[in-house]
Amino acid sequence: MTNQGAGGGGVGVVGLYVDDQDEALAFYVGKLGFRVHTDVRNGAYRWLTVQHPQQPAFQLGLFTPGPPIHDEATAQTLRAMVAKGAMPPLVLHVPDCRAAYAQLRDKGVEFTQEPVDRYGSVDAGFRDPAGNGWKMIQAAGDAR
Amino acid sequence: MPTPSSLAADAQPDPGLLRRLLRAKDRMDAASHEAWSVQRLAQVSGVSSAHFARLFRQAFGIPPHRYLLTRRIEQATTLLRDTNLPITEIAFVTGWESLGTFGRTFKDITGRSPSAVRQDALSDTSSLDRVPACYLKAAQRPDLTTAVSEKRRTAATGTNQPSTTKE
Repeated sequence: MTNQGAGGGGVGVVGLYVDDQDEALAFYVGKLGFRVHTDVRNGAYRWLTVQHPQQPAFQLGLFTPGPPIHDEATAQTLRAMVAKGAMPPLVLHVPDCRAAYAQLRDKGVEFTQEPVDRYGSVDAGFRDPAGNGWKMIQAAGDAR
Repeated sequence: MPTPSSLAADAQPDPGLLRRLLRAKDRMDAASHEAWSVQRLAQVSGVSSAHFARLFRQAFGIPPHRYLLTRRIEQATTLLRDTNLPITEIAFVTGWESLGTFGRTFKDITGRSPSAVRQDALSDTSSLDRVPACYLKAAQRPDLTTAVSEKRRTAATGTNQPSTTKE
């Protein structure tokens, strides 16, 4: 089952809102092991996307709410929603959840749920510095 | 400039503060059976005890103590439905210090007694004693089972998140 490198079609970029792009970059690249895909500035605006090393066809955008996209009131609401953990859940697939958990925990990743077995799959939960919640899932049958 | 009263009513607290309040909520979610005094929660959030409850309520629309109770009740309900644990045991593992307090609070919040909920659950299904069926049922409600599995796992290994200060 693969959805990578489909040779033309597919979702290319999905963005997250983060409070601080430098902090997000340090987290997604420095801790989770993503790579920078694009980091371009235009004045105060910064288009920043990262990619998973095994998923080059997909970019995860690390965007800050604010001008020129949002008026300040809207930006404030978005920042609050992210910080309160209200944004949609994100899922990261890993071959070995417990190993990834140990590794990321040692790097200081903030886990909200330690690895739990469910019918052969194993999942754990963590948050990025901004408050976005991730589920880290090892599919049933993998590495078993 | 907004007046102090309009600030209290409308203004969003800054994201950094909300993020720290979320941390307290996360910690209650991960270990709702533990004692979460306002002092302990305030410490997690890095705010003063005097302000924590108000700030939490302002952010999430529910006082922290009430939020913790709802998580405990949710967990107790799951255990009543999916396990054969005695109700006394359920009261204990979901964080109450006495069966009486558990029963009273459970009924206050759900409108039914724990034994009534269990009785309904028993009459709802013919296979409660079959463990795989229980797990199947539980697997269909990921939000409800997370904390339960977490507790079982924690109880089994006696470990805890490194960031957790056990009381």
